[in-house]
Amino acid sequence: MTTLPTSTARKLGLVIDLDTCVGCHACVISCKGWNTENYGAPLSDQDPYGADPSGTFLNRVHSYEIQPPDLGQGAAPAQLIHFPKSCLHCEDAPCVTVCPTGASYKRVEDGIVLVNESDCIGCGLCAWACPYGAREMDAQAKVMKKCTLCVDRIYNENLPEEDREPACVRTCPSNARHFGDFADPDSNVSILTAERGGMDLMPEMGTKPVNKYLPPRVKDRDRSQDVDILAPLLAPIATETKGFLGWLDKALDVLPGSSKGGN
Amino acid sequence: MHPAPSVIIFSTLSGLGFGLLIFLGLGMPAATGFIAFVFFTIAYLLAVGGLIASTFHLGHPERALKAFSQWRSSWLSREGICAVAALIVMALYGIGLVFFEARWGLLGIIGALLSFATVFTTSMIYAQMKTVPRWNNTTTPAMFLSICIAGGALLAGEVRIAMPLLVLAGLAQVGHWVFGDRALRDSGTTLATATGLGARGEVRSFEPPHTGTNYLLREFVFQIGRKHALKLRVIAVVLMVVVPLLLLMTQSHILAALAVLSHLAGVSAARWLFFAEAEHVVGLYYGRR
Repeated sequence: MTTLPTSTARKLGLVIDLDTCVGCHACVISCKGWNTENYGAPLSDQDPYGADPSGTFLNRVHSYEIQPPDLGQGAAPAQLIHFPKSCLHCEDAPCVTVCPTGASYKRVEDGIVLVNESDCIGCGLCAWACPYGAREMDAQAKVMKKCTLCVDRIYNENLPEEDREPACVRTCPSNARHFGDFADPDSNVSILTAERGGMDLMPEMGTKPVNKYLPPRVKDRDRSQDVDILAPLLAPIATETKGFLGWLDKALDVLPGSSKGGN
Repeated sequence: MHPAPSVIIFSTLSGLGFGLLIFLGLGMPAATGFIAFVFFTIAYLLAVGGLIASTFHLGHPERALKAFSQWRSSWLSREGICAVAALIVMALYGIGLVFFEARWGLLGIIGALLSFATVFTTSMIYAQMKTVPRWNNTTTPAMFLSICIAGGALLAGEVRIAMPLLVLAGLAQVGHWVFGDRALRDSGTTLATATGLGARGEVRSFEPPHTGTNYLLREFVFQIGRKHALKLRVIAVVLMVVVPLLLLMTQSHILAALAVLSHLAGVSAARWLFFAEAEHVVGLYYGRR
């Protein structure tokens, strides 16, 4: 049924910390690995070792440069933000309602947006409706692939308890990805979102994404007025050069054409 | 958006076919017997041919029957249901005209309404896409519907009705372009809102996620041909409206057939532009549009 549930018992999703993501793409690879070997059609590659390789990924990491505005003291240095992007499991998911077959659905119990691959006709309309580029048609299987929030891990009692979270979260070496229930105000993800000002992507699209992004902390500030208490201790001790280098320094100074500045 | 030939052929041909069915359903022309048979054959070849072409872009056309199930939420599902209903009702109406010389008027009106609704549902598949601001407005259904009825009148040989409708279709098409050209800007969606980083400064795409291409870029970030867009727009309107109008003024049957072909070519060019010029917001994540 492609009408959306009015509310879901839980709201499972991710918090992605743009402050700590180092752009290593480990989440991309672990996602591809898990979702190729487990639930649903594998994530195929086309021409993987050839001149024009491409393939299906459920998670991709972009990198953006932010140039802060010049506030009168010279522009602060540009900041580089690594930006992982996967399905945001929107509350008002436009990809679900456009599906003509009922293959796309949002689960009432936990809010995960899934595709029933045996019902998918591969029309691609859900990918058109998604503003985030979270859905990709697999060129081999001809069905729509998307993030399942590793639904086959998080409830999987055959896995050790610490592994019952999405592969991308489990693998992230910088703890930039967090998994939890946004319907619970005391969950790790709800607390992170509240404390760090978690934000929606393209809020004007009205999709009400469940996944939240934590904005990067401001790293650069004007340091010209700072007092450095270590500075006196770090002043150079040797004022005159000695030995062979000292002689060379003086000898070269005698020659014409030496510059004034510098030591 | 990638201008898939199957979808362009579908919307062009079936739009014209259902347009003709609308006029046949309303008794224009009031033909019966063999002449009615010819008219209905043309209409069904166009409408059904277009619908078959549309299944070519499906990954799994063998499951197409499932697409009739989600009419509560999906415009694509509604389109399928309307199309089949229109074709069935108009077939019954056509049987009356062709074989019994009988015009079952109410059936014709219902069939005409269903044909009109089919083209409306087609247009709403595009108009509902918030992700493509150029499509997400009322000019999209206005353009699809006005072109459908103008083409239908032209094909039905209703010259006096066709001429003003062609002008209307041209205006609707130009309106769609004028409105569409500023739709992305007016939507307020930029790389700044897409990343949520706009408050911190100027955001620029520094590095894409991969060195090659992918499904998203192939399907949604189609930029080829945009530099010729203005020329193509002029060609499309001339072929779609101006040439048919001039040919219709001659009152010649052979030239009227040429007018239909010219109209068809013009609509095809306009539909190619409809996709090729449409910017999907996902392109912003890649620093493109």
